[in-house]
Amino acid sequence: MMQITERDTRGAAVEAEMREPVLATHDVGVRYDETKVALSGVNLEFAAGEVTSLIGPSGCGKSTFLRCLNLMNREIPHCHIDGEIVYDGHNINTPDENLYELRQSIGMVFQIPNPFRKSIRDNITFAPRCHGIKDKKRLDEIVETSLVKAALWDEVKDKLDKSAYALSGGQRQRLCIARTLAMNPKVVLMDEPCSALDPIATFSIEDTIGQIAGEGISVIIVTHNIEQAARISDKTAYFLLGEVVEWGDTDAVFSDPKDKRTQDYLTGRFG
Amino acid sequence: MKSLQKHQLERVGKSLTGFCIAVVILVVGSLVVMVAQRGLSAFAVDGVDLWGFLSGVTWNPHQPDASGAPTVGALPMIFGSFAVTLLSCLFVIPFALGSAIYTVEVNPKFGNTVFRPALELLVGIPSVVFGLVGLTIVVPWIRGWSGGTGYGILAGSLVLAVMVLPTVTSLIIDALNAVPAAYRMSSSALGGTRWQNTWHIVLKAATPGILTAIILGMARAFGEALAVQMVIGNAATIPDSLVSPAATLTSVLTTSMGNEAMGTVYNDVLWSLALILLLMSLVFILIVHIIGNRSEVKHG
Ligand SMILES: Nc1ncnc2c1ncn2[C@@H]1O[C@H](COP(=O)(O)OP(=O)(O)OP(=O)(O)O)[C@@H](O)[C@H]1O
Ligand SMILES: [Mg+2]
Repeated sequence: MMQITERDTRGAAVEAEMREPVLATHDVGVRYDETKVALSGVNLEFAAGEVTSLIGPSGCGKSTFLRCLNLMNREIPHCHIDGEIVYDGHNINTPDENLYELRQSIGMVFQIPNPFRKSIRDNITFAPRCHGIKDKKRLDEIVETSLVKAALWDEVKDKLDKSAYALSGGQRQRLCIARTLAMNPKVVLMDEPCSALDPIATFSIEDTIGQIAGEGISVIIVTHNIEQAARISDKTAYFLLGEVVEWGDTDAVFSDPKDKRTQDYLTGRFG
Repeated sequence: MKSLQKHQLERVGKSLTGFCIAVVILVVGSLVVMVAQRGLSAFAVDGVDLWGFLSGVTWNPHQPDASGAPTVGALPMIFGSFAVTLLSCLFVIPFALGSAIYTVEVNPKFGNTVFRPALELLVGIPSVVFGLVGLTIVVPWIRGWSGGTGYGILAGSLVLAVMVLPTVTSLIIDALNAVPAAYRMSSSALGGTRWQNTWHIVLKAATPGILTAIILGMARAFGEALAVQMVIGNAATIPDSLVSPAATLTSVLTTSMGNEAMGTVYNDVLWSLALILLLMSLVFILIVHIIGNRSEVKHG
């Protein structure tokens, strides 16, 4: 009960921004190798400052959907995206969308924490540098603010020039989050960011996610951990066999699922 | 009963593999000892001055100098060996790196089905073939524009470059392939262009492997004898240009070793040259290990 109240308070703070979705999909589908349909007819909306969980059984297309949102699927050969993905008022699923700029606004964190083989500082400055920021002072600022936002600053502020591999798994994942935040994104996509972490590291990532959302960023997270979805998200979408079966406020989806299949999944009667 | 058999089997396995190790160590060890012993006897027994040997520029072992000591200045050969090695490296690095990047990052399909097999074919070609090709193509070509004989360090470096290129390229390809795909994924998810990803992320992560590839290529170039000897001109002087005849440690060894009787001063100083080769390859291997350890210490 306590948690829900907390979430509502935070939700209220960004309520004003919550009206207009930053990101929306219209009838999005994905085919691999032309014939294999992995996803079809997905219509979802994501608002600023909101955490959305994507849940569902393995192989139902959650990662595939997530990779549509920053067009990472374009990096996969023979992967074709149908439908409209509207970001910032325009459809990004067009051949001439500038992927480099898009991915500045829509960041992504992966399942396995994978910092680059560089120092902690260089891990964070990589993206800003790629996007043309050269000023040393500005870069230092970015390093600090991103690490603070990712709740890692206090732990690493004295060893910024040490290898990122000197960090623990949970710290590495928060570094990956910080690295994404360095670009000041409007949306952060996370694909099972805690599945390689222990419970304590998981909680700290969840905290971080709450803070990021508090900054007005729209967080979209794939998770296999249903309790985690309940704990951290405002909205939940349930995927099954490449379709969204149910989507709505997390409380509603969990307490009173509309669809029998969602109910079965949440109560563990899936399969 | 059965466990006893297993126990015995364990022992047999242990002693068999142990025996193999012992043989290898014995062979390598006695090789090193022998080269060192013979190589040092020039200084210890024949009274050759070590510093004079390393810094002297006249190589004429049959002709004693004014004081009666043999004139064995090995600097021209030492210089020649380093010159061909470094110069061939300079030729190799851009092409090896470029084609490895193309293979791994740009067009893996072509790289893996056409380029890689072609490289592997080249690795197997005996060095004498490279020497022959050098002799019939490179040397006349250099003669054509330089006006000299065409033999020299440039010809030697070019032949060596072609010879070590496949090995170095293959090793660099391996190093690039060993960079986790996740790095590329996350750097493109951060909005890096392919070039930024390759330059700042992939090459950076693969640097120890790339350096190792280059050092191993250098070691091979430094130690190559036959192909170099065929095109370098075999004049034991420090050449005044890249296109005049020179010599390397290996080329002098291959041209002279058979002609000198064991135990003569000439024969002993040839062993000293061999000792330098051995020490250098030791240095190369050491560098490779240091590179490996350093990146391990730094990034775990
Ligand atoms: N690169 C690919 N090429 C071909 N098919 C793919 C590819 N990636 C995913 N698929 C297929 O698309 C479907 C959806 O996969 P996806 O990875 O999106 O599922 P998921 O919901 O993320 O599963 P998990 O929970 O196990 O991560 C699966 O049937 C999978 O086999
Ligand atoms: Mg997945």
